[in-house]
Amino acid sequence: MNALTQPQNTTESRRAARNHILMPRLETPFHPRLTALDEVNDWYNWAGYKAPHSLFDEELEYFAIRSTAALFDISPMVKYRIAGPDAERYVNRLTLRDVRKLGINRVHYTAWCDDHGHVLDDGTLFRLGEQDFRLCCQERHLPWLLDSAIGFSVEIREETEEIAGVALQGPTSHAVLKEAGFAGAELLRPFEIGTFAHDGGTVTISRTGFSGDLGYELFVPRAAALSLWDRLWRAGAEHGIRAIGYSALNRTRIEAGFIVANADFVTAEGALRSDRVRLPDEIGLDWLVDPDKPHFNGRKAILEARQNQTLKHILVGLEIEGNIPAEHAIVYHRRKHEAGLITAAIWSPTAKRNIAIASLDRPYGTKFVSDLWVEIYAMRELRYQKMMKRATIVPRPFVKLARRTATPPGLR
Amino acid sequence: MTSFDVPARVTTNAYDAIVIGAGHNGLAAAAKLGKSGRKILVLEAASAPGGAARGREFAPGFRSAGLAHLVNRLDPEVARDLGLTLAPKSGAAMPTVVLDGANEPAVLRGAYGETIDGVSVSEAEAFGKLREKLVYQAGILKRFLRRPPPQLGAIGIGDISTLAAAGFGLIRKGRAEGRDFLRMLLMNVADVADEYLEDDRLKGLLAFDATLGIHLGPRSPTSLLGLYYRLTGEVYGKAGGQFIPEGGMAAVAPAFLKAAEKTGVTIRCGARVGRILADRGRASGVVLADGAEFAAPVIVSAVHPRTTFLHLLDPAESDTGFLRSISHIRTAGNVAKLDLALERMPNISGLTGRDHNGRIVIARSMEHVETAFNPAKYGEFSPDPVMEIVLPSLADRTLAPDGACTLSALIQYAPYKLKMGWAAGKPAFLRIVLDILERHAPGIGKTIIAADLSAPTDIETEYDLPGGHWHHGELQADQLLINRPTRAASGYATPIDGLYLASAGAHPGGGISGLAGWNAARHILSGAKR
Amino acid sequence: MQTYDALIVGGGHNGLVTACYLQRAGLNVAVLEKNGWVGGAATSRELAPGFVYSNCSYVCSLFRPEIMRDLELPKHGLQVVAYEGGAVFTRDGDYLASYRDHDSHRREFARYSKRDAEAYDRYARDVTRQCRFIQPLLMRTAPDPFGFRPRDLSELLYLAKKFGEFSPSEMAETLRFWTMSISDFLDEYFETDVIKAYLAISGIIGTALGPMSPGTAYVLLHHYMGEVDGSVGAWGYARGGMGAVTQALSRSFEAAGGTIRTDAEVDKIFTRGGRTSGVVLASGEEVRAKLVVSNADVKRTFLTLVDEATLPQDFVHRVKHFKMRGSSGKVNIALDSLPEFPALPHESSCIRGDLHFTDTIERMERAYDDWKAGRWSADPMLDTMIPTTLDPTMTSPGKHFMSCFVQYCPPKVEGRDWTDADRDAFAETVVSQIADYSPGFRDRIVHMEVRTPRELENEVGLTEGNIFQGELTFDQLLFNRPVPGYAQYRSPIAGLYMCGSSTHPGGGVMGAPGRNAAMEILRDLKRSPEQMSKAHDVI
Repeated sequence: MNALTQPQNTTESRRAARNHILMPRLETPFHPRLTALDEVNDWYNWAGYKAPHSLFDEELEYFAIRSTAALFDISPMVKYRIAGPDAERYVNRLTLRDVRKLGINRVHYTAWCDDHGHVLDDGTLFRLGEQDFRLCCQERHLPWLLDSAIGFSVEIREETEEIAGVALQGPTSHAVLKEAGFAGAELLRPFEIGTFAHDGGTVTISRTGFSGDLGYELFVPRAAALSLWDRLWRAGAEHGIRAIGYSALNRTRIEAGFIVANADFVTAEGALRSDRVRLPDEIGLDWLVDPDKPHFNGRKAILEARQNQTLKHILVGLEIEGNIPAEHAIVYHRRKHEAGLITAAIWSPTAKRNIAIASLDRPYGTKFVSDLWVEIYAMRELRYQKMMKRATIVPRPFVKLARRTATPPGLR
Repeated sequence: MTSFDVPARVTTNAYDAIVIGAGHNGLAAAAKLGKSGRKILVLEAASAPGGAARGREFAPGFRSAGLAHLVNRLDPEVARDLGLTLAPKSGAAMPTVVLDGANEPAVLRGAYGETIDGVSVSEAEAFGKLREKLVYQAGILKRFLRRPPPQLGAIGIGDISTLAAAGFGLIRKGRAEGRDFLRMLLMNVADVADEYLEDDRLKGLLAFDATLGIHLGPRSPTSLLGLYYRLTGEVYGKAGGQFIPEGGMAAVAPAFLKAAEKTGVTIRCGARVGRILADRGRASGVVLADGAEFAAPVIVSAVHPRTTFLHLLDPAESDTGFLRSISHIRTAGNVAKLDLALERMPNISGLTGRDHNGRIVIARSMEHVETAFNPAKYGEFSPDPVMEIVLPSLADRTLAPDGACTLSALIQYAPYKLKMGWAAGKPAFLRIVLDILERHAPGIGKTIIAADLSAPTDIETEYDLPGGHWHHGELQADQLLINRPTRAASGYATPIDGLYLASAGAHPGGGISGLAGWNAARHILSGAKR
Repeated sequence: MQTYDALIVGGGHNGLVTACYLQRAGLNVAVLEKNGWVGGAATSRELAPGFVYSNCSYVCSLFRPEIMRDLELPKHGLQVVAYEGGAVFTRDGDYLASYRDHDSHRREFARYSKRDAEAYDRYARDVTRQCRFIQPLLMRTAPDPFGFRPRDLSELLYLAKKFGEFSPSEMAETLRFWTMSISDFLDEYFETDVIKAYLAISGIIGTALGPMSPGTAYVLLHHYMGEVDGSVGAWGYARGGMGAVTQALSRSFEAAGGTIRTDAEVDKIFTRGGRTSGVVLASGEEVRAKLVVSNADVKRTFLTLVDEATLPQDFVHRVKHFKMRGSSGKVNIALDSLPEFPALPHESSCIRGDLHFTDTIERMERAYDDWKAGRWSADPMLDTMIPTTLDPTMTSPGKHFMSCFVQYCPPKVEGRDWTDADRDAFAETVVSQIADYSPGFRDRIVHMEVRTPRELENEVGLTEGNIFQGELTFDQLLFNRPVPGYAQYRSPIAGLYMCGSSTHPGGGVMGAPGRNAAMEILRDLKRSPEQMSKAHDVI
């Protein structure tokens, strides 16, 4: 086995680390700026880090994304660096899409599965060099990644703590970058990566994001995090820049139709109950599966499920009448047969529609696509208002913005 | 091995199947496949076929017939089907002699002690009772050896009928026997022996036979399975028998070879397979280390599952969880093999001349075996090991010069992962073993012309056997049936279409039975998808 | 002469559970206890002035919540508190802590190995899956595969159905899990010795097996299938010591009108014409009843209390060969102040959890080799706890009590009986191990009670001092426990039942054998067990 396991900590560094218990929640490199801006003290635990639900007003934070520019700290996202002579072959075997088609300085969204074809996680794969990749995702996978390296000459390193990440999203985001002196950033096409000078080092800027809007993600070494933040913040002053928490971003990602691991589906290694796991085709990721590329984890199981028609679920976008969000409501067919569950739902301020992402049990969603209903229990002043509302399957994304893909982006 | 580029070039299939490895299982598989009229190619890395049953000269003029020094589990159906005639026509059962160094030997005659010399009448009777029970129980388990393990989630008619037959076998003798079976199945051999027997030599023998080649002590739960496995073997229709073939163990490999050649199989020796060709889940051929390429729709790997999936097949062709479970197969050997070249036949204390032809076990008691096991857990060899001895040149005069003699011993415990390393450990361990032999055969030391001790690391190198484990993986409860070698590759088919396993690493395990290879071939011929 | 509907021989926790259920079902029940107090191995006793000890069992996580509810134990004073954490001290002066907070737990493991830290989640999931499979079986009578009665068949079908809910790969994993050693099992997940050692502890506690023995992965389950208010696998501590469990049970029993007689040692159980009619006490007094339920272990019951001649030979043979060798000891230490562990950070929560000093599996296995040879372990594996950090009411403020469970400790010393000198030498191995990590420990000791299998046998009545009333190996589980064909709490003697840990599902302060026995008895009496709520759902 050529894969390097993480270097064994020396006794000394191991002993030095034992006071971690004094701070059970880690603070991200941007934490000093977030606390300074924070008005509502509404924090949650994101993968062991202290992260804001909201910093001042969830609704206004949402509009910062959709009308000006929003800064969102993505440092807690789990990041792996994968490099070495077999890196491309390794990642190609690990993930669903054909990595050979991913150019250097390009990013693609992908997912990876276990032997049974059940999705372990989804995430973005950054190709930083011929044999140099960064994988960003929601959950931790070090044992799986290391075991996947059996027989490959590749080095895998988790760099979550070392690398700070911030998302800059919204229609004025490219103007902020320009103002900040990142000349040429406006030429980045969607999913393209650029490297720019910053603070004696470099910052990696990719035109990616989770908002379905024009936007960028910036990665720097931990030490350069605060100077980067300040640089963006100063530059954004005239472009309406605001710092935001997850609640606002979550609304935009639902509008964009993106799914979140362990929210819209249960990851294969996290699932306790064997019927909770999902194949890519069962959570709308069938388009990632490339049967023509060389072998990849779960290939046989996925193709067999397709061939034998044993797929059990399907992920759909729903538009629901009325304006009450249907989060975690049960979906019915003909008002009486249980057809599935809504995993995420909001009233979309941009689309002015009541939208939802739902996991349906086939043949609902495949054969039976009409006459769907959702049962909403809305708690209003200690009483449930029970409603049965008509739901229609609609394509995702619910909100499609031209500025997301236009290059160079305009200000609208 | 860093790159596994699959050649785009397509060669036409000159063969219907390629078998990797000409050990006895590989040959059994090839013979069975060949019988169906298909064109079979067997590729063997060594210069001669036979695998671990391959003979070698260990000292000038002295030969050893391979790792195994007797036959106790050649499957009669396999033998009949492939036309193997190995058992001596005389029909005389080879005795087992147990030495404790203090008392006269206990000599078990017939198939696993149908009669016993050197123990009290009541003890012989008690042994007979226990023997009867164990043979009956082993008989129930035997049904599962001759067919592929059931495929969970897709239980077939054959599985059900085997289960039904086993169930019927259980109730046939009444409730009490059935209950006793379910109670004893996963027991340790020590508790069972203690319940029936008094004689330390007999208990020592059972302990030894249950654990030989397995990383367990007699007091480890499930160690009885090893004894059941031993008793599923039969000779002349009797469970638990053993023999050295007419002409000695050197006759084993040629017999399998002949069976294969008879069916038109092509065998190429000195042909080390470097890679198994596969693309997107389907095997298509092999490439030899020298670059020669052979294509076939069916590839049968009769080498260790770990070698097959970690070294021959591009790891990128397997799924991660599968490779993880393959790398978890416990396959560290625990037995050392000693070959001695002696000036003359040794004289073992208390033994009649005739019984020198037998299997001689040195095990004073259950405790002796257990205590010998303790150090093995920590990567140390036993300072007071137990062993099984055969004098091969008595059956095969060609093994030694006239008047001289060879001695073969299987000694445990000698762990593969020796903390001090075998380079340093071997001389010390050899001294210990020779001291023991000297105690039991005074004067033998002076007659030694050459001593060749193979530690598991040597066995690994000599026979391409990862861990030097002759079962190609621990024969323990968690590595049996549907978990042998691991679930996704149990039942001979593997996650790679067209690639099958046929070594001892597959069900039902090792020993010269031919079942793994023969079952694999039958499975392939059945055309079953899995 | 006193006459009752049912007599319970022995006032341990299972005897009391059976007694409670039978009394509540309308029977007139008496519990006969040889000691001057009830509780069996679940007691709290003031053995040094001002110090209350849980001097046998010391952890309350397995006790079934259904029983607590049915018998209204909280009303009768039972309160269970979860452990805060724990630590294993390493020989290089460091430690591995366990924390309740998931991220802290991960970061603590990551001090040793990032890989292991993350592998823990998959490990915990896989073990939890097995727990979920086994849990519903605890409160059911094991079917007899050769019983051929409708109930046995339907129970077998139930088992098959439970198993059938697994995917094929989970089935295969389950078969492996049940037959693996905890050491091999952990090797598949972890690379760090101390992490494996920490997790292996539950695989061997109370068993006469080492961590490298097949079957110990199952034993781990036996210790994990408990819960503290729904949090599966959590260990807890009964406020007031383990005696609080049996005290609450006896109060519940007496409140329902039951009779407890202490200092009433049963000498013989009457069996005439294949039926029991009561017992005779050591005092010579006869107590009559149609039903006798023995909480004593299967050997004591059938080889001592019942006349062997009245039993089928096969049965006696099997009872004689039932394995229940003691493998553990207990050292209870009263301390005049809280011991210090310099390795731990100041005010660490670990001190309120279980503390261990064995940092490799090899040390555990070598400790087991000592036991196999009939010696106590020279380097024993300790499972210690300072309950007074969770429950300061057990002694005066500032004083403490330390419970040290010691593995391994043989029932006989190299074949001969224990002497007091042996006992003291055994205790010394424990004190010196703790003192290695806690300077000044010896000076804090006010009083010490040492319990080898000899003391456990003499006082609690556990044959050979086996704390589970029978080893937990495959041949002694489910339908094999204690004797195939007699695994449904009934005995060959009509009216004589078993309810102790010798029966399914075995030892630990769980109460399930007692409840299952009561269920079978009521079934024989054709009474519906109204007082018995259904086993909790595992969803």
